[in-house]
Amino acid sequence: MIVEVRMKFPYMKMDPLEIAEKIKEKFPLEVVDVTSFRDQVSIIVKKDKIIDICRYLHDDPELDFDHLRDLCGVDYLGKKEPRFEVVYHLYSVRHRHMIRINAQVPESDPKIDSVISVWAGVNWHERECFDMFGIKFKGHPDLRRILLPEDWEGYPLRKDYPLKGPEKEWSGFAEVLEKAKKYREFDWEG
Amino acid sequence: MLIDTSTIGLVEVEEGTKILPPNLIITSIDKVVNWSRLSSIWPVTFGLACCAIEMMAAGASHYDFDRFGIIFRGSPRQSDCVIVAGTVTKKMAPVLRRVFDQIPEPRYVVAMGSCACSGGIFRTYNTVQGCDTFLPVDVFVPGCPPRPETLMEGMILLQEKMRKEHARWSAWR
Amino acid sequence: MEKVEKILETRELNVNMGPQHPATHGVLRLVLDIDGETIVNVTPYVGYLHRGIEKLGESLTYFQGLPLTDRLDYVSAMSNNIGYVVAVERLFGIDPPERAKFIRTIVGELSRISNHLLWLATHALDIGAMTVFLYCFREREWILDLFEMICGARLTVTYPRVGGVRNDVSQEFLDSLYKFTEEFPTRIPEYETLIDKNRIWLKRTKGIGVISAEEAINWGLTGPTLRGSGVQYDIRKHTPYDAYDKVEFEVPVGTNCDTYDRYRCRMLEFRQSIKIIRQCMEKLPQGPVMADTPKFTLPPKDFILKDMEHLIHQFILITKGPTVPEGEIYVATEVPKGELGFYFVSDGTGKPYRMRIRAPSFIHASVLPKLCVGHLVADVIANIGTIDIVLGECDR
Repeated sequence: MIVEVRMKFPYMKMDPLEIAEKIKEKFPLEVVDVTSFRDQVSIIVKKDKIIDICRYLHDDPELDFDHLRDLCGVDYLGKKEPRFEVVYHLYSVRHRHMIRINAQVPESDPKIDSVISVWAGVNWHERECFDMFGIKFKGHPDLRRILLPEDWEGYPLRKDYPLKGPEKEWSGFAEVLEKAKKYREFDWEG
Repeated sequence: MLIDTSTIGLVEVEEGTKILPPNLIITSIDKVVNWSRLSSIWPVTFGLACCAIEMMAAGASHYDFDRFGIIFRGSPRQSDCVIVAGTVTKKMAPVLRRVFDQIPEPRYVVAMGSCACSGGIFRTYNTVQGCDTFLPVDVFVPGCPPRPETLMEGMILLQEKMRKEHARWSAWR
Repeated sequence: MEKVEKILETRELNVNMGPQHPATHGVLRLVLDIDGETIVNVTPYVGYLHRGIEKLGESLTYFQGLPLTDRLDYVSAMSNNIGYVVAVERLFGIDPPERAKFIRTIVGELSRISNHLLWLATHALDIGAMTVFLYCFREREWILDLFEMICGARLTVTYPRVGGVRNDVSQEFLDSLYKFTEEFPTRIPEYETLIDKNRIWLKRTKGIGVISAEEAINWGLTGPTLRGSGVQYDIRKHTPYDAYDKVEFEVPVGTNCDTYDRYRCRMLEFRQSIKIIRQCMEKLPQGPVMADTPKFTLPPKDFILKDMEHLIHQFILITKGPTVPEGEIYVATEVPKGELGFYFVSDGTGKPYRMRIRAPSFIHASVLPKLCVGHLVADVIANIGTIDIVLGECDR
């Protein structure tokens, strides 16, 4: 049976800066900075205790961030150190508030813990981040390329990767061109 | 007993085809074979991206493709041509070449849409700049996406090309 | 006669449902490990349509990046445009005029109807009901004619623009739209009589693709795929954008968490969309359709040819792009498939530093293994249909 229900059950939406304060209290050493732009708050954290932070955000009844909207990477080559940031967008379906966590990942050690034990849906997001940026996720059950072919070389969304592709063609496509060329030449005599 | 054609009323209908009314037609094998091939082109479904939706709309009831004899088949072994509808990426190129190689001769390729003709608006690392880099294309249908009527025009041009072929029923690659 | 017992050796079969397949809705590749007819494991392979849209967006200005979003979910192009435009407007800090908001709501709901029609057509065709395909395409041609009346294009429209819409709607369009809203509700029962209580349909969709509410939220599902499991999460109600806070509508929610309930959710969404369009048409205010902020939106064409200041603004906006404040923003909108999110990082220039597209089809495709394990091979087809994926969005 389908139930058409009007959306009016009680929820407790918290102000994003309050949420940032709560996280800062609980993890004072991890939080590097809190920025705000157009009513959206980003909390920049170090990457070491990211699983604990995420589990706290998921389990705490006042915050209740049960829906991971998005996980992506950003490459700040030349703009700021550390080079990469892994950005988590979290949302609470019950309380209807949203927060953004930016975890800093340096170029010298591009590894971060996987939060797949907290949200199961992060599986493919992390694979895509690895595919595009080369950031490895420790604890991920199956970390391999997802959007590009498995033997592709290079990480496209990094800022030093050219848009039109590198000089050397991917081996699978070079084979197709070779095969097509071979089939185009035929023997007029025979 | 040989018929003396100067005494019987042969009517030349078009160049190369003569009719002895009511029901005797004298023509060349080329014409018959070409006519039967162009009246029933069976493409293999190869919809990749947005152009696939317009291809489906062309095959649905409003712009019917079935009246031209065009029926979409699922397997390349049972089809005549492939309509490449959508962007060809480098990951998909080996698959497309393999499907094309499995189509029995005589086979044709229609590149539908800007992406299949020349890469379209995507000049990036994973997009093949036109499927004619590795396939012998017969008809290019431009548009982004081309309207169903444009695709029909493309198929009619393919039919015209088939009409003019010569000795395509021999072993040829 | 002796009875001889033979012990047969069985093996798991590894079947490839390749990228070229009539039922996989585009270029999705599935490798099925099956034991007889029962599925042991499913591995989806995506990326056959990865065109590099995110990287391309970084080299184009905000205005030039709009046509790229048409090609994401190409079945409902208007909704993608609206999602991009709402995010960019929030980033710039501008507000479109009221008339533009109502027009965008109307075309957004029309594209929702068109998407659900195509979904129903392909889902039913895969399960075996072939007549529904032709009926749905007949209605869809009507909607595409309406789109052509507004902006000249059927599929890749690029009609909502940053700051409003491209041009005003004509009275002829509003008359045809009114006729559409009168006639379409009489056509919906046509589809329902064909399949709603059909024994084959019920057998193939009830109890298939079950995922509970907590698991669905944990996996990140959104849209009708989530609402079929009983969760009331609709972005149009949670964080309204455009004119959704000025119209009244209900959000259908299912109870049994299976394919049949998701089908019923989408059928009820048809009726709610017609209701929204009717209300928008009644409340449509007069006024301009493009915001009057010369630093961020393009001025109207006839002013450019007469006035020097507008010409300079147009030149700078087209060549260099607008001067955007630095910062990052994430905005989500409710497209017919789920939640489409755009995350922009701006570094002060006219081109986005990072453009991230959160596509609902990507997440929904990842949940296929969980839905299919333990069922039969034929249920894989029903599951692909019910999660409603489009590979253009999944691969970007």
